[in-house]
Amino acid sequence: MNTIEVNNKADIFSTEIRGEIDQWVAKYPADWKQSAVMAALRIVQDANGGWLTTELMNDVAAYLDMAPIAVYEVATFYSMYELKPVGKHKICICTNVSCMINNSDRVVDHLEDRLGIKLGQTTEDGRFTLKEVECLGACGGAPMMQIGKQYYENLTPEIIDSILEGLE
Amino acid sequence: MVTIEVNGRELKAKAGDMLIEVTDEAGIDIPRFCYHKKLSISASCRQCLVEVKNAPKPLPACATPVMEGMKVFTRSPLALAAQKGTMEFLLINHPLDCPICDQGGECELQDVAVACGSDASRFVEGKRVVPAKNIGPLIATEMTRCIHCTRCVRFGEEIAGIREMGATGRGEHMVIGTYIEKSIDSELSGNIIDLCPVGALTSKPFRFSARAWELTQVEGVAPHDSVGSNLHLHLRSNKVMRVAPKDNESINECWISDRDRFSYQGLYSDDRLTVPKIKQSGEWQDVTWEVALDMAAAGLQEIGEGEQIATLVSPSSTLEELYLAQKVTRGLGSNNIDYRLRQGDFRLDGAEPAFSWLGLKISEIENLNAALLVGSNTRKEQPILAHNLRKAAVSGAKVHFINPLQLELNYTAGQQLTTPAGMVQSLAAVAKALGATGEGAAAKVIDKAVADDDAKAIASALKDADKAAVMLGNIAAAHPDYSILCVLASVVANASGATFGFLAEAANSVGARLAGAMPHLLPGAKVAAEKGLDVMKLQKLPRKGYLLLGAEPGYDFWDAGLTRNALESADLVVALNTHTSPALEAAADIMLPIAAFAETSGTYVNTAGEWQSFRGAVKPLGEARPAWKVLRVLGNLLDQEDCEYTSSEQVRDELASLCEGVMPDNSVGKTESADLQSAVDGLIRIGDVPPYALDSLVRRASALQQTKDAAPAAICINAEEAKKAGLADCDSAVVTQDGREATLPVSIDANIPDGCVRISAGLAGTETLGAQFGEVTLEKA
Amino acid sequence: MVNEVCLRTLDLDRPWLLEQYQSRGGYEMLTRILKEKTPPEEIIEEVKKSGLRGRGGAGFPTGLKWSFISRNAPGQKYVVCNSDEGEPGTFKDRDILRYNPHQLVEGMIIAAYAIGATQGYNYIRGEFWEPYERFEAALKEAREAGFLGENLLDSGFDFELHAHLGGGAYVCGEETALLESIEGKKGQPRFKPPFPAHFGLYGRPTIINNTESLASIPMILKEGGPWFADIGVKNSGGSKLFSISGNLNNPGVFEIPMGTPFSELLEMAGGVKGGRKLKAVIPGGSSAPVIPGEQMMDLTMDYDAIAEAGSMLGSGAVIVLDDTNCMVKVLERMSYFYHEESCGQCTPCREGTGWLYRVISRIENGQGRQEDLDLLNDVAARISGRTICALGDAAAGPVAGMLKHFRDEFQYHIDHKKCLVGAG
Repeated sequence: MNTIEVNNKADIFSTEIRGEIDQWVAKYPADWKQSAVMAALRIVQDANGGWLTTELMNDVAAYLDMAPIAVYEVATFYSMYELKPVGKHKICICTNVSCMINNSDRVVDHLEDRLGIKLGQTTEDGRFTLKEVECLGACGGAPMMQIGKQYYENLTPEIIDSILEGLE
Repeated sequence: MVTIEVNGRELKAKAGDMLIEVTDEAGIDIPRFCYHKKLSISASCRQCLVEVKNAPKPLPACATPVMEGMKVFTRSPLALAAQKGTMEFLLINHPLDCPICDQGGECELQDVAVACGSDASRFVEGKRVVPAKNIGPLIATEMTRCIHCTRCVRFGEEIAGIREMGATGRGEHMVIGTYIEKSIDSELSGNIIDLCPVGALTSKPFRFSARAWELTQVEGVAPHDSVGSNLHLHLRSNKVMRVAPKDNESINECWISDRDRFSYQGLYSDDRLTVPKIKQSGEWQDVTWEVALDMAAAGLQEIGEGEQIATLVSPSSTLEELYLAQKVTRGLGSNNIDYRLRQGDFRLDGAEPAFSWLGLKISEIENLNAALLVGSNTRKEQPILAHNLRKAAVSGAKVHFINPLQLELNYTAGQQLTTPAGMVQSLAAVAKALGATGEGAAAKVIDKAVADDDAKAIASALKDADKAAVMLGNIAAAHPDYSILCVLASVVANASGATFGFLAEAANSVGARLAGAMPHLLPGAKVAAEKGLDVMKLQKLPRKGYLLLGAEPGYDFWDAGLTRNALESADLVVALNTHTSPALEAAADIMLPIAAFAETSGTYVNTAGEWQSFRGAVKPLGEARPAWKVLRVLGNLLDQEDCEYTSSEQVRDELASLCEGVMPDNSVGKTESADLQSAVDGLIRIGDVPPYALDSLVRRASALQQTKDAAPAAICINAEEAKKAGLADCDSAVVTQDGREATLPVSIDANIPDGCVRISAGLAGTETLGAQFGEVTLEKA
Repeated sequence: MVNEVCLRTLDLDRPWLLEQYQSRGGYEMLTRILKEKTPPEEIIEEVKKSGLRGRGGAGFPTGLKWSFISRNAPGQKYVVCNSDEGEPGTFKDRDILRYNPHQLVEGMIIAAYAIGATQGYNYIRGEFWEPYERFEAALKEAREAGFLGENLLDSGFDFELHAHLGGGAYVCGEETALLESIEGKKGQPRFKPPFPAHFGLYGRPTIINNTESLASIPMILKEGGPWFADIGVKNSGGSKLFSISGNLNNPGVFEIPMGTPFSELLEMAGGVKGGRKLKAVIPGGSSAPVIPGEQMMDLTMDYDAIAEAGSMLGSGAVIVLDDTNCMVKVLERMSYFYHEESCGQCTPCREGTGWLYRVISRIENGQGRQEDLDLLNDVAARISGRTICALGDAAAGPVAGMLKHFRDEFQYHIDHKKCLVGAG
């Protein structure tokens, strides 16, 4: 009698990525591997230059024994997952009320002018993407933005310039 | 029980039941979209909002448990305002395309809008448009019409057991669909057409062909697997336009398989036989019924010796047809009649049960705590039974399979994957693990078996279960050692206290036994004094005359090549068929066009032993006639006695009286031969019959033939075996079986065990091959 | 009475470290409970006495919530912390996570002990990477110190706690959406009943509380429920973290007693920027109906006072608007938010939030129609109270509030195709 490995998980992802996902899987009950899907998507997105391909989502599905559609549902529901290529630096600008009344429009204008792109676009050199986001919970420092994992608060055009210049 | 009051009317209800269940039961109408009695509660459409006294807000009837003394108002100003509010929201983004929508006239949204909608819209913004995705040949999508009730999504997860549809995105950007362009592959997929309350998911084959109000609805019984799902046939101008389920809680609930839903297309295929034909000097000529029948009767009489006549009947035939076929055959002095066209091992004849059946009611399957299925691809063979089995598994039943191919299951089960010969050993090992010894052949096999861990696991699952069943499927029935499997399965069932049962192959496999369509059984499952030859012997020892009923050479027989040889060497082949084919035209001398599914009245006995009669819904196509009438006339022309039936009911009633007191019984006797006919030196063919190759009708259902389950014939083999044979994926290879050849593409398939090659039967390209299970050799083409 | 509970270590150099937390008596309460094997009922009773109400926005009494769990029911139970801070205007839990994560950890362990849970999760919104790292570091320290894991301080009580990161969805702040999200699904709220106390995470009994609520627990138990209750006023026990933002000189998070006059809070926040006139205040996160400035200056910051004024205290997020703000534009932005964040399952919210946004947007852009104001009110009313979760109400509330107090501005937009504020 021969047994068949339905999908060979060692073929999915690099050892490092598997290790990282496994750490999250370990946090949840054994029969709830699916709980790690958000972390897994974040990990593979980070490793793929900031966005998710259908193939990567399928791989996450296979790795966590989920139906692919269940992974697509998650990836399309949460705003932090990107389903199209993004720049090396994803600049997320909050324009919600507290930021808006503290002139987040000016932050947007300044970034759009400086980078030559509109919200939702990526610079031709692939370095920057501008994204409008909802309240990031730092209203005391309005106007604010997030680049990568970092928050930047109390923005002015000068501060924005120095932040961008400090990026690789 | 609690007492509640709805619109001033007192109702008794079970505490904890949802309000909508209680009002539905009482015939009080509450509009709804997301709620469906067979699906989990979503409570999201908000259409069923009603007023409950002392509740500050209107409550959804679908998610509000009833409580003692609850006072409910379903039509109060508050309730109506809430229902109208929801309806307005549903309509703002719903297109006004009812005139070109297939759902028009049977649309739940339309119906509720008439009751709760407004005649003018306050919404002046642009409406949402959702690009449609192609989800395969069966279901047409128009997702702009979708109202996000998620019934189709929940169906996939909860009933079909595979999540194919989903709701991606969020808010008003949420889209119901597959996200990527992908076909929906569930064998139950068509049910989402019925579930969809609007025209978002409609039948692709039916699309734009008729309006709901032009159709008349009649009842029918599904003609394919042995479930006998109840159907509604929708007709227009004497044509079956589409098929839908008819609720029958004890059989198919409110579902049907895709095969039962879409096979009607086969009725109108180009190769339908619509006029009687005779072959003269190798040329087919259209003739009148009179000429054809006279020739057939004269030809049969001319053969003279009864034992030189063989009648081979399809188990998809009606009870009435089968009964008359055996009557005509036996009237000619022959007991050579058989329906077991796809069986290869007859060593159990005489010792096998006469009126064999499932062993339990269909609705009891879901209550099983353990099941062992031997040689069964249940999901594809009997999709509705598989749905019931899945229900059991989901609620914790331990299900095991012993099969020569790994199945794609939609629940957790143990799968023992092994060669056909290995299946016998595996089953014997389970018997041994149960401490059973068996008799005759079984004893010999069990004695040699080793009760390994797998066998022990199955044995204890069956033994420890409150309700367990051991069942044989289509693959087992076609197995070269069916007799041994059958005896062993019976031993295992007896030793573990499980029910023993058969998942019969076709709509009337069980009925055929009652009708006496077997060489050793008379109507009423009575043992014949003189036994005829079984279907294999009738081909290995060719007869002079053959009468075929609904059976297609090349596709419906265990050994296609053998059938061809036998028929070609005969003096006379009279074929009563619905369709023609090159193989049939080559083999037959007279072709008599018979009524197909929906065109004739009749009766099927399903695998649970239930007799279900149906009427003809439409007139037979062209000059085709119901086969029972053709057989009756043939009987008349042959001067047979008692052949003066005026209705199929008369035929049925005569048989019914012969069956009086005959109870289903699965007790198996013993056999002596323990020779493993499935033990071969080289590769053995696994010749399963794919679901859409089962019978003449479904083989011609064009939409089904475009689905994933209708893959063309191929040599499916695992990578290791392919390497040994010097083959790679996409190669073409010559397969040789019994000296006959076929050239087929190679497909590397990890689901096939070592020592095996899956070359499914019933498919174009396999007509020349031999036994469904037999030794083959492969060579790169 | 400032910074008495959750922010009491804020003056320390690196208050997020275990050592510094312990220098202020951190984990003493937990240690005492575990050593003395305090009966769980006593803990729940003390929390009830404190008058602590859910600090996430709904304001449901925490002690009562805990008492719904049948402690002795067999099987796994869970404690879940809601750090999915997303209500526009709210940024207090971020500070707890950054500056006092150990107090939250201690609070969660005590909560787990009280209900008999051995597993907990803290759901932190995905954008909060820095707070998440602080929390993870605190977990590591706590684990090493024996406050997490098996047999805590030899008490026989086991508890393990993990962080779960969100992915960007406001609706996950709704407790059952949050549970769905931990289960690896879309964050779609569940209909209730059943409530999480009976059918929560993974179908098991679960308590789910806001970060601030749980972080308040150690002090409540240490100083006693009545102590906490007495900090605040009737029906609003304790102190509370107020996130105050908008047109201010010194926006920020202030932990002050419930019932403090708004005027005092405004003063702490440095007053209105540039000395401009206070036009309006959104007192409890963007879901709370707006209150005109003059009226607000007479109100105290507690549940009852704000409710009587026709709004709600919510999460204690106070957005201060000066007289340069166009209320149509403010409402347009808020409506866009709810339209963006609706999960999509309930018809009224899925369809209605987009409708509201589009109509308001039309008005803002000079394409309003006379009937639009009544339409807005009517659509909002048809969403309100008709959905599974409160997001529908949250979307409807601001519309009703704005039209009640600032209808003239909307009318001006419709009549003149331009803004009253700009024109003035």
